[in-house]
Amino acid sequence: MPSLKDIKKRIGSVKNTQQITKAMKMVAAAKLRRAQEAAVAARPYAEKMHAVLSHLAQREEASAHPLLSQRGTGRALLVLMTADRGLCGGFNANVSKAAERFIRVNEQGFEDIDLMIIGRKGRDFLKNRVGDKITKVYENITSEATYKTAQLIGQEVVDAYSEEKYDAVFVLYNAFQSAIVQNVTLEQVLPIKADAAETLDDSVVDYIYEPNRGEVLSQILPKMVEVQFFRGLLESNASEQGSRMSAMDSASRNASDMIAKLTLQYNRARQAAITKELMEIISGAESIK
Amino acid sequence: MADKLKLEMVTPYKRVLSEEVDEITAPGFVGELGLLPGHTPLLTTLKVGELTYKKGNELLHIAVNWGYLEVEEDTVTVLVDTAEKADEIDLQRAEAALGRAEDALKTLPQEDKQHAIMEAALQRALIRIQVAAKK
Repeated sequence: MPSLKDIKKRIGSVKNTQQITKAMKMVAAAKLRRAQEAAVAARPYAEKMHAVLSHLAQREEASAHPLLSQRGTGRALLVLMTADRGLCGGFNANVSKAAERFIRVNEQGFEDIDLMIIGRKGRDFLKNRVGDKITKVYENITSEATYKTAQLIGQEVVDAYSEEKYDAVFVLYNAFQSAIVQNVTLEQVLPIKADAAETLDDSVVDYIYEPNRGEVLSQILPKMVEVQFFRGLLESNASEQGSRMSAMDSASRNASDMIAKLTLQYNRARQAAITKELMEIISGAESIK
Repeated sequence: MADKLKLEMVTPYKRVLSEEVDEITAPGFVGELGLLPGHTPLLTTLKVGELTYKKGNELLHIAVNWGYLEVEEDTVTVLVDTAEKADEIDLQRAEAALGRAEDALKTLPQEDKQHAIMEAALQRALIRIQVAAKK
């Protein structure tokens, strides 16, 4: 039976922890709102981009541009988006495990799979498992993902693809659904898969391209890749905050439960001590008689 | 055939415009580009410049950065990196940027990588000032 003092100490420390988790929850909630707004605001651009691309796909053959054509299964690159910080439930572990699974499953399909990791936690998780695959790690860019960031990553990936360093590029991230639900999502970035929506009749008129077709394609297609990364970064960031918020919420609740239990224990111990003292006094008085 | 054009303008950060308009003038890559309802499908890149659209009797101006424009069935989709309406432009900032770019251009040699970047910045600042003046 722990002494009164021990229990009191315990209660104090759990209370401290609870204060921290509560504060983290509030911070995550505030950040979540902003991240969510950013993710929602970016959606029209991505949707329009897809619309333009599917219009394009109706008119162009896949061989029209290197970024569109399938090159078969040589080397692949997987871009994994995780967070830099932990304490956000299964957020990092889920997506990192999915990356590991992806590598194991597709190891036969591709000659080799390289990993580009965004976020420190993903690297920490994977470096002892598939460390030899990790080629590049970006840190401290997820919390304030701007279009510039996505542009840099996009350019790097497009360059590597154009140099035929890779024959396929995938991205793996947590798509934001709600504060409680995040879906690990795998998307193919390159070669660009333009789903030619509802193939219209033959009346599809060819575009006029300005300045010319090649020029327009080679400007728009890399943009498409950047947008995909931008969107992934925003979604991932919103998911991280949402995940942290719910993790910290349940941590605070667990702390409350624990405090209640410990308080009960403390009161019982106190009562036992009082009863014991009374007994001693009474028996002492008895013996004097 | 509709007698209006639907103008949709989006940047990576937000939807700027979604309106029915009568006429659009855009800074196309090969030159100024006027669009009326019933235009044939077109896909063009845009350069830094001023996009003007007419809605009723009103003429509105927007400063756009690099991007592209698609015309498809009377819907004009403009995807640009940045877009600012005339009344959103921070004139002081634009002028400061203009001064900075001019100073930098004076000292930088032509071949320098920075030269092109500063020249683009100069362009953007000039366009912003030009558009802001038409408020």
